[in-house]
Amino acid sequence: MTKQETLKLQAPFELSYDYKRSSGPIMSKFFEALSKKKILGTKNASGKVFVPAAEFDPNTNEALTEFVEVESTGIIESWSWVANPKPHHLIQSAFAFVLIKFNGADTSMLHMVSECAESDLAKGVKVKPVWSSDPKEMILDIKYFVLEK
Amino acid sequence: MKKIAIVGYAQNKILASAGALNEVELIMPVVHKIFNNLGISQKEIDFTCSGSCDYLQGAAFAFVEGLSAIQTNPPIKESHVEMDAAWALYESMLKIQMGDADTALIYGFGKSSPGDLDSIISLQMDPYYISPLWPDRISLAALQAQVLLNNNIINKDEIMHAVIESRNNGLNNLNALIQTSITEDEYQKDLVLSSPLRALDCPPISDGASAMIIASEDKAFNFSSNPIWIKGIDHRIETSNLGARNLSSSPSIKSAMKSLDIENTAFDIAEIHTQFSHEYPFLRKLLNLENVPINLSGGPLVGNVMMAAGLDAIGKVYEQLSTNSYKRGLAHATSGPCLQHNMLVSLEKNS
Amino acid sequence: MNQEDKEKDYFESPIHLEYQYTAGAATTRFLNKVKEGKLVGQECPKCKAVYVPPRGSCPRDGIATNREVELVDQGCIESFTIVHIPIPGNPIVPPYVCAMIRLDGANISFLHLVDGIKLTDIRIGMRVKAVWKPKSEWRHSLENIKWFIPTDEPDVDVTKLRFKPE
Repeated sequence: MTKQETLKLQAPFELSYDYKRSSGPIMSKFFEALSKKKILGTKNASGKVFVPAAEFDPNTNEALTEFVEVESTGIIESWSWVANPKPHHLIQSAFAFVLIKFNGADTSMLHMVSECAESDLAKGVKVKPVWSSDPKEMILDIKYFVLEK
Repeated sequence: MKKIAIVGYAQNKILASAGALNEVELIMPVVHKIFNNLGISQKEIDFTCSGSCDYLQGAAFAFVEGLSAIQTNPPIKESHVEMDAAWALYESMLKIQMGDADTALIYGFGKSSPGDLDSIISLQMDPYYISPLWPDRISLAALQAQVLLNNNIINKDEIMHAVIESRNNGLNNLNALIQTSITEDEYQKDLVLSSPLRALDCPPISDGASAMIIASEDKAFNFSSNPIWIKGIDHRIETSNLGARNLSSSPSIKSAMKSLDIENTAFDIAEIHTQFSHEYPFLRKLLNLENVPINLSGGPLVGNVMMAAGLDAIGKVYEQLSTNSYKRGLAHATSGPCLQHNMLVSLEKNS
Repeated sequence: MNQEDKEKDYFESPIHLEYQYTAGAATTRFLNKVKEGKLVGQECPKCKAVYVPPRGSCPRDGIATNREVELVDQGCIESFTIVHIPIPGNPIVPPYVCAMIRLDGANISFLHLVDGIKLTDIRIGMRVKAVWKPKSEWRHSLENIKWFIPTDEPDVDVTKLRFKPE
């Protein structure tokens, strides 16, 4: 076998799908409210509030249909500081992935926190959303969160 | 219930990039190896089940191509899981329990080197609330690490020692991708990727393939004089609603332990599918394995073939029970973010 | 509840992934020859079936195909379809013919284009030969063959092509 034959052949290739997602009766209400800068949750029979609005309670299996509005501010439950974002990350300067519990909610939501230092982050730190100027009724209608000063 | 045993397991040496091999060329050697070890062929296999993820290759139905690696003439009974091959083992056990088969070949393969595993794993998340944020696998794991640290369930010292121990154990594993030890000093100087996780806390991008053969009690001794019995297998999943999960515990593992009635079982050996270092002290405590040798292979931190590493944990326990004096072993496989989906397999020598 | 979809019931969620696709050993050997204008299949050491394009294995026997067999660039149409539907991203303007081409000496066929014939005249068993692009355009791709065109030879009974292991 010649050297050329043993060299591996490789070629870049890109995979793209322009998915359109139908978000269903519960999540579409959440996203519609989000586009109007409101945060909706769903409440189970014992009063536990799921934010973002959940379609069902994973513990009791009950379908959740009762909506409640919660505050748009919340606290950090957990965080992960990304010092050097990768190309696929939506924020290209240092930022954190965070689990945020909105005031009035009993569960957390994954999102990002930006415009702060790693040392600013701790459990319980208060955050508020930075809203997209072009809402599309999706999770990125909140661009990211910042610390509530 | 039929008694089912593992009668063979084989693994390719894990590579950082198996670029020169396509999927067929990756799978075929390991399937041949297991057949040669047992002196059998595909004709003795009633059911074949594989585990892989088409997104790793970026080609729809790539797993079908992989089937060209095995003898499919005359046509075979076959299935596939878009998961770790540990779940292909589970499906194979069901097939045997149902009476449709007495023997099964399971294989898992993964080639993570051609793509960007971080962005690929983002796509296994909830596509409404989570995937559009493109969270990478390391940041998601780090969120759980932070919760475990905040709640004093584990500490940073235990995380570091998980890495050091894994590297030391890996020195004895000829198939490990990483075969170097590290010092505390090297660990402390390592780059933090997603706090609190350093690069050394994360598994290496790995390419490889593994295969296993199981058989019902009727056939097991045809293949092996020393079958290792699967005493119990159970897998549980938690909600895909990440923010509704209690990341400081693992209800799925607790349920599986209860279902297998192993809460008080004294295991001699264990292999756990801890892809990130913080998961090791967490699961060691949760599984009551504090005085048990764990991940003597080095575990996923020295080689983590996506869609095969869970099967490898089971295979490594099988190997230990086959070749050592150990009698009882526990294997763990996981899938999804933050240990969302957990499988426990309890193995035993002799009956 | 109104089940009818409305525009606002959807959000766009495009995904984009980048890969460095690697061809693998068997395909690399094949494509290196394609770049030189040659079609080289691989033979199963056991049943002697010849695969083109080769994947590196004989699924009949589950073993590696490691002997190279150079084939001619002609064969016959084992099956075909006339495509009338435009496919997004495909530059070929319909209607056109996609055919399974069985090269002489090969035991499997592969998909390629057929041109140079009235659509109504195309048929299974028809003999065809490759039309190559200019040598300067040759790459590691079967697209080096522009398409296949009919030859004047008599048709083949494709049922006789069925593989019989030795």
